[in-house]
Order: sequence, then C-alpha cells, then structure tokens
Amino acid sequence: MSAVLSARGLGKRYGRRWALSDCDLEVPAGHVVGLVGPNGAGKTTLLHLGVGLLAPSAGSIEVLGRAPSDDPAQLARVGFVAQDTPTYARLSVEDHLALGAHMNPGWDADVARRRIDDLDLDPTQRAGTLSGGQRAQLALTLAVAKRPEFLLLDEPVASLDPLARREFLQGLMEVVADHEVSVVLSSHLVADLERVCDYLVVLVSSRVQVAGEVDELLASHHRLTGPRHDVASLPRDQYVIEESHTDRQSTLLVRHENPILDPSWTVEDLDLEDLVLAYMGQAGGSTRKRRGDTPRNGVAKLGVAR
Amino acid sequence: MIAVSWRQFRPQAIVGLTGLVVVAVVLALTGPNLVHVYDVNLAACRASGGQSPACNNPVGNTFHALQVTLIALVLVVPALIGMFWGAPLIAHELETGTFRLAWTQSVSRRRWLFVKTGLVGLASALTAGLLSLMSTWWFSPIDKVSQSRFGPANFGLHGFVPAGYAAFAFALGVTAGLVFRRTLPAMAVTLVGFVATRLAVTYWLRPHYMSPATLNAPLSGADVGFQIAGPGTVSPVSMVANAPDLPNAWVSSAAVVDSAGRAPSSSAVQHACPNLGAGVAPPLRVREGSAPSGGTRSASGCRRGHSSSSTTASPPWPPSTTSSWPTSRPTGSGRSRPLRRRSSWFSPSRLPVPACGSSATG
Repeated sequence: MSAVLSARGLGKRYGRRWALSDCDLEVPAGHVVGLVGPNGAGKTTLLHLGVGLLAPSAGSIEVLGRAPSDDPAQLARVGFVAQDTPTYARLSVEDHLALGAHMNPGWDADVARRRIDDLDLDPTQRAGTLSGGQRAQLALTLAVAKRPEFLLLDEPVASLDPLARREFLQGLMEVVADHEVSVVLSSHLVADLERVCDYLVVLVSSRVQVAGEVDELLASHHRLTGPRHDVASLPRDQYVIEESHTDRQSTLLVRHENPILDPSWTVEDLDLEDLVLAYMGQAGGSTRKRRGDTPRNGVAKLGVAR
Repeated sequence: MIAVSWRQFRPQAIVGLTGLVVVAVVLALTGPNLVHVYDVNLAACRASGGQSPACNNPVGNTFHALQVTLIALVLVVPALIGMFWGAPLIAHELETGTFRLAWTQSVSRRRWLFVKTGLVGLASALTAGLLSLMSTWWFSPIDKVSQSRFGPANFGLHGFVPAGYAAFAFALGVTAGLVFRRTLPAMAVTLVGFVATRLAVTYWLRPHYMSPATLNAPLSGADVGFQIAGPGTVSPVSMVANAPDLPNAWVSSAAVVDSAGRAPSSSAVQHACPNLGAGVAPPLRVREGSAPSGGTRSASGCRRGHSSSSTTASPPWPPSTTSSWPTSRPTGSGRSRPLRRRSSWFSPSRLPVPACGSSATG
C-alpha cells in the first residue's frame, strides 16, 4: 500500500527554534489516521508542511507522491481543515460554497449542498454568527466538496463541546465512507480519535513514538501486573514502555511480539488512551530499544499535556 | 478567483461607489451654476472695460464650503483607500487565519495575490481618478481664475495625479499589512507613510523633476520689499523680491541678486540703498516692509546708476546667470552695485493662456 504522506528527516525551524526536527514518518493510504501528541509536538507544523503552507527547513516530505507546493493540481488533491476552522466571518454560508466552487475545478456542488442541508445550516447566515460546531462543519464541507484524495484536519474538534465533537466526527466518518478518502486527523486528546481512527501516530517532540494500526497496537500492548520483577529478566521480545514498582509488586506496560507466557503476570488489555499516554510519558527516550535498566523507583511520568 | 476577490471586496466597493455617486450628483447640480457665475461676472468685467471689481475674481466665493470640502476629499481619499482597502487586504487574512483556508483551495498563492491586489488596486486608482476628474471638471472656472495649475497645492489634486497617489497608498497599505501581519498597525503605518511621502514628493522631489526656468530682470520699485532685523538702519537689512505674475507657473524662488548672481550682503544692500528702511519705526524683532509702502521709496534709491535693459521671458527660459550687466567688485567707494530680481519657476508647456486678463482686455 502506498504512502499518502512520507517524511524523511523532516525539519522546520522558526528563527533558532526547531518546531519540528528530524521527523521520519510513513502514513499508509486508505486509513483514518490519528496524529496524537502534546501541544508543541509539531503536529500543526507537520500538517502545514503537508499542505504546502510551510516549506521544510530540512529533509523532505511527500504527499500523494509529490512534494507539497502551491501548484493548483497538487492543491486540488489535498483537502485541509486548519486549526480553529477559519472561515470568513462576514461571508455567508452560501458565499463560502461559491468561494469553494470558484477556487476548485473539481468542486462537487451536490456534496456541498447536501451536507449543508443535512447540517440544517441556513445558507444566508454569516459564518461569523455560526456556532463553533457549525463553523467546523462548514470548513469540513469546503474541504470535502473539493473532492480531495487526502484530507488533513488540524485539531478540528479541539474547541468544540462534546456534542458538537461527536457530530463533527460522525460527519467525517460519513465522508470517509462515501468518498474513500485517506484522512489524517490531529489532536492532543486520544479520546477524540478513538472512535474514528484505525491508524495511530504518536508524535512527541518531533519524534514518532509509535505508529501503527489501532487493532495491532492494542493486540501487541498489555499491562502486566505481578510480583516484583527485574525488567532485565523479561524475554527479548518484550519492550517496557512504562513501569512502576512497589516493594512487592511490579506493574509494566509492555509491547510484545509473542504471547505472554509467564504465568506470574496478570495480563490486562489496554485502551488506546492508556497506550498513548504511556508513549507520551516516554517523550525524549528512544522507545523501541529501551528495555532493561530503568531508575529504581521508575514511576513513569504521565505527560498529559493539554 | 476574480469572483471570490470581488465578493470579498464588495462591501468596500459599495461604500466607494456610493461616495462617488453622491459626489457626482452634488457636483453635477452645482457645477453649471459655477460656470454661470463665472460667465456673468466675466461679461460684467468686459462691459466695464476691465474696471469692474468682478474682473479680479469672476467666481468670487461661490460654493466656498463645497470648494473646501472637495479639496479635502481629493486630498484625503487616497490615504483612506490605503488604510481601508490596502492595509486589511492581506493583513486581515493573516490576522484571522483565513489565509490557511484560502491558500489550500486549488489556486496558487501567486494567482490569489495577483488577482486580489490587481482587482482592489485597480478599484483604488479608478475611485480616486474618477473623483479627481469630477473635481477637476467642477473646478475649471476657479482654475481659470487662480492660474496656478502647476503649483504644489493644485497639481496633486487635479487630473490623474490623485489616481497615482491612490495606487501608491494602496500598495503601501498592502505592503504594511504583509510586514506587520495585523490590520490596525498596518493602517497606522499606511497613514503616516502616505502623509510623509505625499509631503516629500510635493515639496522635496517635484522641484527637482525638471530644471526651472530663470529670469533676470531689473529691479523696479513695485516688486521689491525689504526686511530689517533689529532697530534702525544699522541692523542687518535684506531685500525681498515679490514673485512675478506668471500664469499657471509654479514660482520656486524670487530673489534680489547682484551682478554676480549672489544675494547681496546686508552691507552691500545698505551701501546700494542708503535710504532703505529710513523712517520705519524701530521694530521689536523683525520688521517686514513690503512693496510698495517701504519698497517704492527704498528701491527708488537703489535704482540710481543702473541700466534699464530688461529681458523678456518665455518658457523654457535657460536657467543661466549670464547677463549683460557689468560685473564690478564691491569696492565701497561709493559706487552702488547693480541689483536685479531673479525668479525661477516651473511651468507646463501646454497651458491655456490667462483667461480672465486676456479676455477682459481683449
């Protein structure tokens, strides 16, 4: 399966500060990809690089097999919903659809009209008077009706209330079902993405901590609870993501390739949020190779950045 | 993209168009009236053989408030265009984040910028240009009287010059918006930058666009005055020349010079014109006497021993200082140095002949 987005040593610098550095990433086509990471991890920078709003300072990025640029043909293939879903406050919903129609040769007026009807938006209402949820829906409509092959959404639900959040994501799922479009959706909250994503990328401090299909990730990560263990004694295929110890007991969060056979462990399934938080807690370390010695009372920090 | 730019510009365009229509209606209603006043007064002037007071100013103070308003409008509109059409054009998109929407549609940024600036820039020049042309038409009787078409005040307010200023103000606004990325600072910078540029062009640059024509003429009592700093005849004295009456010319300088082309020193003036300032009460600081009150008397004292040859001027006058005057070093031996009036001015080559004066006498 080809990659819709691939980055090699990608970096972006603002003055002396690197917003994103040395980022390697492959996003396969045909997925709804959750891009998760704390604020400042470089998610927005990565997405802006992907749609050509920014040019890389280092490395390279390819989207749908081509370097992003402001070439109209490339722009037409990629849909983008920016953070805070910007719209023109003084233009009406209808004006926005006209704007989309004028600026996109592949504009699908039926799709746009149908979505506005389904959402019960008043076409004459100004975008500035729409609620946050309605505005996000309008921005999504614009991005969808240009019929892109690849849709990038930058924290589209971050500022929405739970109900609007759910409605927006429902709308997104309908779009994916109808149009077979690859999607990358960023958020700092896993809970937002759990329902919609089938592929997950965790980005912390520019580094991809883990990337993979959600099912596989859940199948290969477990929480082990048992008598106090030395982590160095674990089999070679088990990588410790997070560990905590009391005098008698050890609790480990491990990634493993083979089934866990040691009967002294109680094996628990993880939910996506636990998994992501564990990887976020690893920020700065090299996760895949890290095993064995950890600090004595190595209670992993849970870096829940909001 | 043009449709999109137009839709975004529409509210401002409506304001601009409404303004133009209002101005057009007001000027169309009052303009013929102004021409009528001019014609009536001119006829009265002719009938009186040039003696009627109507000859001095055939339009008088007709529509004075409207004249002032119109001048202010033509002066201010380019600045307003720069502030309200230019500055927010890009800055507002950057400020509200909508550039992320605009730049991710299937239109290249270059085209987006080109169409946006092209459309609104053209509208800017057109709006100011139309306003200026209407104003120029309305002002034509007044301009025939004032005969200062080329001067610093009128030149920038007539014909297509305001369109150029509006295009500049718009470009300045767009650039300021790009640099500051916020609308309000961009508007402030545009205003300050435009006013500074407008003044600089009018008073510093325009005088250097072409060489002025220069005319040396013998002094006559009617066109010189004097200036005394301090009391009595022992204090420094300088001579002041009145500007010559050249229709539609912009007189940049008028000065009294000696045969070497230099301004005469205070002692030379006093030497040449021993009576200058005599009889004038001791002033506190600077006392100005103007022709003919002090000038006639004093200048008549200066004309002693001067040849009376005069030069006629027709533009373009070679800006040379060659003269037929005998040059003599000031020796202080009682001989007075010949003093002349030298005037420099700019004049457009194709201007109507003075209307009132020639019509009145012809």
